[in-house]
Amino acid sequence: MTGAWIGLAVLALALAWPVPIALSKAEWPARAPGTALALWQAVALSGGLSMIGALLTFGLTPFENDLGLASTLLSGHILDGPIPAQAGALQIVSLAGAVVLSVHLVLSLATTAANTARERHRHRALVELLSSPMHGSPGTRMLDFPAPVAYCLPGVRSITVLTEGLVRVLDAAQLRAVLAHERAHLRQYHHLVLLAFKAWNIALPWFPIANRAEKAVALLVEMLADDDARREVDDTSLATAIAIVGSPWRDNDPASARIASDEIVPEADPETLGARVSRLIAPPAPLSRAARALVLAVGVALVTAPVAVLVTLL
Amino acid sequence: MITLGVLERSVMNALWESPDGLSAPELGERLVAAEAPAKRRELATTTLLTVLSRLESKGFVSRSRATRPHRYHAVNSRSEHTAELMHEVLQLAPDRDDALARFVGSVSPTEAETLRRLLASRGTGN
Repeated sequence: MTGAWIGLAVLALALAWPVPIALSKAEWPARAPGTALALWQAVALSGGLSMIGALLTFGLTPFENDLGLASTLLSGHILDGPIPAQAGALQIVSLAGAVVLSVHLVLSLATTAANTARERHRHRALVELLSSPMHGSPGTRMLDFPAPVAYCLPGVRSITVLTEGLVRVLDAAQLRAVLAHERAHLRQYHHLVLLAFKAWNIALPWFPIANRAEKAVALLVEMLADDDARREVDDTSLATAIAIVGSPWRDNDPASARIASDEIVPEADPETLGARVSRLIAPPAPLSRAARALVLAVGVALVTAPVAVLVTLL
Repeated sequence: MITLGVLERSVMNALWESPDGLSAPELGERLVAAEAPAKRRELATTTLLTVLSRLESKGFVSRSRATRPHRYHAVNSRSEHTAELMHEVLQLAPDRDDALARFVGSVSPTEAETLRRLLASRGTGN
């Protein structure tokens, strides 16, 4: 069992620092965003399980000849009797750490999900009051706002929200591209992936495994939605729409001149924008089937390793 | 048939245009007058009161009980609410947990500052 905890600790450290840093700098994810997204999820899941698993297996080393006792401890009877003499202070701290980390991660996910649901509920109520349905496009609503903005609100009845500023600056094909892109987000449940990584980042903000992951995953999700939109519209329309919506925006419309004189609405992160636009203008060759299969196999192995060790504890 | 959502929107529009607030009967007159003559029909005050209490529980409408009939006010102006939405969408508040998938990703800090000013001026203006 000594081997097991050292192995898990090495895996946890690798997945917490060097692996996510390398993965966030790699260029191949742009060539296979779906595969890369799967790998990020495997890295996060395996990283969390290895951290908890390493603490747990180390804490249980004094009982390695008595696995029955180990599962007794796990099943909660730890509170019943005196602390076994052979368990050192370090082991007790390690076991407590495993419990605290598990609870922390689960609570972070639960509170993030609850806060998101609450905010989204109010947001949706406001959208329904402030916007009007767009004719000929079910599930799409128009909001009276001068800046070009488009986003989607997932839910039982999902809504895609467009601003009047957006409709004013985009032509028909570009608008179709935006709508196809937003529908892909909704259809592929990207909000759940984003939510999980957001919770992960809130729980462990100082670890590359969490903060790099959230940023990388957000970009991959955009690339996946772009790929879906490309099936409906040409690459140039989509790329132009991204560039227009992402550019610093200056309001020249006299109708909204009453608002302010120097209004410029957000320039999106140039790094993200550049990655998306250049990918559409000069598409890189997709990753080969063999390479994608290899990445997926690595992902499965990453998750299997800590699960296998944890199962032997029971 | 008018759906509840459409009616809520008409009620809010009428309240946003009435800084002094409206009573339920006044509101009914406005809404009926706003319809095209051919489509015009009476709106039951009880229906309006239901819609108003729904909007009140959502925090969009406040009721002053000093007079009878009660007067209803919009809690925030239309542009304040729009600004609130855009704040959330553009994730200007760092403590926001909502992960909305937006067409174009995150905003640089300097641009966010500019937008914050724009939204602030929208919120207090008109």
